[in-house]
Amino acid sequence: MNFFIATLITPLLGGFLLGIIRTPKLAAKLNIFTSSLTFLFSIFLSFEVLGKDSLDALNGWFHLDAYNVFLVALTAFVGMTTTIFSKPYMQHELEIGRVNERRMRLYHSMYQLFQFGMLLGFTTNNIGVLWVSLELATLATVLLVSLYRTPASIAAAWKYFILCGMGIALALFGTILVFFTSSTILGHGNEALTWSLLYAQAGQLDPAVMSIAFCFLMVGYGTKVGLVPMHAWLPDAHGEGPTPVSAVLSGLLLNLALYALVRFKMLVDGSTHTHMAGHIMMGFGMVSLLVAAMSLHKQRDIKRMFSFSSIEHMALMTFAFGIGTQLAAFAALLHMTVHSLVKSGIFFTVGHAAQVMGTQKMAEIRGLIVHHPGIGWGLLIGTAAIAGFPPFGVFMSEFLLFTATLESYPWLAVPLLLGLLIAMGGLFRFVQPMVYGETAEHAKHVQVNMMPVYIHFGLALILGLSIPLFLSQWYHQAAALIVGGSI
Amino acid sequence: MTSFFFQLLQALLMVVLAPIAAGFVATTKARLQNRCGASIMQPWRDIRKLFSKEVVLAEHASWIFRFTPYVVFTATVMAASVVPSLLLDTPLSLTADVIALVALLALARFFLSLAGMDIGTAFGGMGASREMTFSALAEPAMLMSVFVLSLGAHSTNLTTMIAHTLSTPLLIQPSIAFALVAMLMIAIVETGRIPIDNPTTHLELTMIHEAMLLEYSGRHLALMEWASMVKLLLFATLIIDLFFPWGIGGDVNLLTIGLALAIWLAKLMVLFVVLAMIEISIAKLRMFEVPQYLGTAFVLAFLGLIIHYMLEVTV
Amino acid sequence: MSLAFAQQIIDGMAALTLLISFSLLAQHRMLSVLHWFAAQGWLLAATAALVAYSTGESELYISAIMTFLLKGLLLPWMLWRVIRKLHVHREVESLMNSGMTVIIAVAVTLFSFHVIQPIEATSELMTRNSMAIATACVLLSMLMMITRKKAITQVIGFLAVENSLFFAAIGATNGMPLVVEIGIAFDVLIAALIFGLFFFQIRNTFDSMEIDAMQASLIHKDDDE
Repeated sequence: MNFFIATLITPLLGGFLLGIIRTPKLAAKLNIFTSSLTFLFSIFLSFEVLGKDSLDALNGWFHLDAYNVFLVALTAFVGMTTTIFSKPYMQHELEIGRVNERRMRLYHSMYQLFQFGMLLGFTTNNIGVLWVSLELATLATVLLVSLYRTPASIAAAWKYFILCGMGIALALFGTILVFFTSSTILGHGNEALTWSLLYAQAGQLDPAVMSIAFCFLMVGYGTKVGLVPMHAWLPDAHGEGPTPVSAVLSGLLLNLALYALVRFKMLVDGSTHTHMAGHIMMGFGMVSLLVAAMSLHKQRDIKRMFSFSSIEHMALMTFAFGIGTQLAAFAALLHMTVHSLVKSGIFFTVGHAAQVMGTQKMAEIRGLIVHHPGIGWGLLIGTAAIAGFPPFGVFMSEFLLFTATLESYPWLAVPLLLGLLIAMGGLFRFVQPMVYGETAEHAKHVQVNMMPVYIHFGLALILGLSIPLFLSQWYHQAAALIVGGSI
Repeated sequence: MTSFFFQLLQALLMVVLAPIAAGFVATTKARLQNRCGASIMQPWRDIRKLFSKEVVLAEHASWIFRFTPYVVFTATVMAASVVPSLLLDTPLSLTADVIALVALLALARFFLSLAGMDIGTAFGGMGASREMTFSALAEPAMLMSVFVLSLGAHSTNLTTMIAHTLSTPLLIQPSIAFALVAMLMIAIVETGRIPIDNPTTHLELTMIHEAMLLEYSGRHLALMEWASMVKLLLFATLIIDLFFPWGIGGDVNLLTIGLALAIWLAKLMVLFVVLAMIEISIAKLRMFEVPQYLGTAFVLAFLGLIIHYMLEVTV
Repeated sequence: MSLAFAQQIIDGMAALTLLISFSLLAQHRMLSVLHWFAAQGWLLAATAALVAYSTGESELYISAIMTFLLKGLLLPWMLWRVIRKLHVHREVESLMNSGMTVIIAVAVTLFSFHVIQPIEATSELMTRNSMAIATACVLLSMLMMITRKKAITQVIGFLAVENSLFFAAIGATNGMPLVVEIGIAFDVLIAALIFGLFFFQIRNTFDSMEIDAMQASLIHKDDDE
């Protein structure tokens, strides 16, 4: 059977079905089932690509190569574990009255539609459809950010909507400019928007137009990645929504935006034969890293703090892709994978911690390790993982990135290290009192499911110790592709 | 020789037709408002009456006060006489530069403002300050609008510009459309019509142009009033020349000139009817709204300039 | 209709689009902003239809009809309903006075002209002259989004950006492929629906449609004060 269609249709159908089902418990179970099915199909899809260079489907409308195949599987996997986490979590939120049944229905159906948008974005071969799917994924989550209907969450959702709307409009303009120059070579139809054909003809695209287009695309898609100075929406949106939404926003949506940006970078590099795109990305990445690391210290809300950590890591990835060597690209791809796993795991833990203590303010969360050792340990391990401690995967990718920087731009290694250390300091400064401080009396007992968290951290550990062969092959191939091989 | 004669005829026509033009506008307004209105010759009768009246001067009037009506009238008539209305190529056509035109009108305005302040009455000073404020904003807009047109002809000489417009094929040029709207807005300000200034008002606090004339009487007042009517005819002819010049006389023979005269009068009538319709349908703007009005005119002219480069100049 | 004549008319329509973008920035009343926005949608549909007629691309006719229905009728009607229900008839409040806004608008227009003009020469389409104008319209609509204090004008600015992008697509490429156009139109429709829902949420929670009120509820989250 055509696994492309299966992987995409499942969340779409699930979304529509969940829009009709009224009982939250049944909806949660259907949610888990749909996501698991999607994950299964994506695994089969990955097997199909195994051993081949790339896979096209439906007359070239969809395209899987080494770069996006693991991202598809990752998205489906994190989507599945998030639904497992979300079932007891949202049940608790329903019980304490932060959401009602109608909003739960919205939550479940929008979640699956978001998944659909993400998977469509990763698998499409058409840069126009890529834009449409990214916008679709954003729209699906906008209503979810304001799910709790508090003033802060509505303000956050509005900010998210407007800022990302502006960014994505700029990205559309960049796409139009790319279409403008490609239509002179490939005609006015859909071929001129097909990424694989564009990549083959990249040398013939007009460099001046592509440079201008990349500027617009950088600012546009960069807004969705969360690069400074377009990041203002990110801490609010990730901090105010329900935790499963924060997890998928941080772990998955940012990846899609960065993926889109890198696809365009590949086109621009092929057209201009200069390092302009790479240098722009490095500049944005470095500035975002430093700003995020320093802003982290000023936070008082736990989710906002970790969302600044997301900005920091996306900045690292942007910087890595910008360097343009194969080692750096490998590091970035590995980082994409482990960051999604660890960050979503952390958000799961944080969500439970907030439920237990009844607040998201870090000053009021204390002594987790005493009354909820599972959450305490999870937070500690997760913070260590994301800060870049060995033997977790993040250490591996950051070390490779550091090596790559020393190879190509040795003087940039200093600010890189500085940013990483400042961020690490900030994270531990806040997490240590939360985990070990004196116990607060008002800690509630909540039914927690830490399984997804352990699975995520375990996977990050495995990736840090030894990357499986097929995965490292994909990383190598994708790195070669990104840096500038042939399709 | 004959061209000199026609040059003189053009100048004379401007001066003689000016009160009739003002009368035409007033009568059309009245008819549109369902009134009978005075006859078209009424302004002529008023001027004739004023010439026969005695001049009464204030005790503190200086030589500027007595000198101004002659300066204003002469400058305005000079400006009007070089604007081609019947014949395109006249002996004085080299001097028909728009910037020179604006300079002549500025000279007239300068003396008018001085005279307004000369006696020392409050209303005169008020009128002078308003006039100067609005002209400071209006002149750049007018020049900008003219520049848009001069870009095509590569010259600000009226004759050259008209010749250029006549020789290029009929095109829809958005920049000229913008310049036309801006010019119409500015012409209303410069000639002191509604919605900027009510020429028939008797309330001193709403006056701009009239306030500077309050102290004048007799032949001085006649000259000043005549000058403002000539200015109205001048701007109307300017707009017709810049934007709708078809029909203007090329060579010096009686048939062409006669035809040019008829066409010019017809265009003037259309323009004045439009002016009358604008005057009866819009209320007068309050003083603090006028700078915004002028700003809009400037922006429109500037947009015309940008659009000329964006759309009409092919790289 | 000869090609040269059609090109002139399209250039004229481009000039009108730029004028509408400036007018959107200069309006003081909410309802007049809405009227100008609707006019922009109509003009856009007419331009698309004209380009479709002169280039013979029938896909563009479908886009033109879609634009007319969605951006000329449906969206203005939805916004008008929201404006009426929320009683937001009053003034458009902006961050700087209109003079400053217009000066920045002119600067933005010159900037986009400077950037896009060199690229126009590489195109052979008859609509290529309008590329710089379309870019200017996009940036002007973004300026409108930035400098307004009320939520509704931000939304109208966002929708005006989408309009200008459609115009840019026509000018640069005689329309994107139909699949993409439909996708974009669908996104815009969903976005408008979500905006509509949002307005009521905002009004119910904040009792005002001003951005400052919303931002104030987020301010205490940052910094040790």
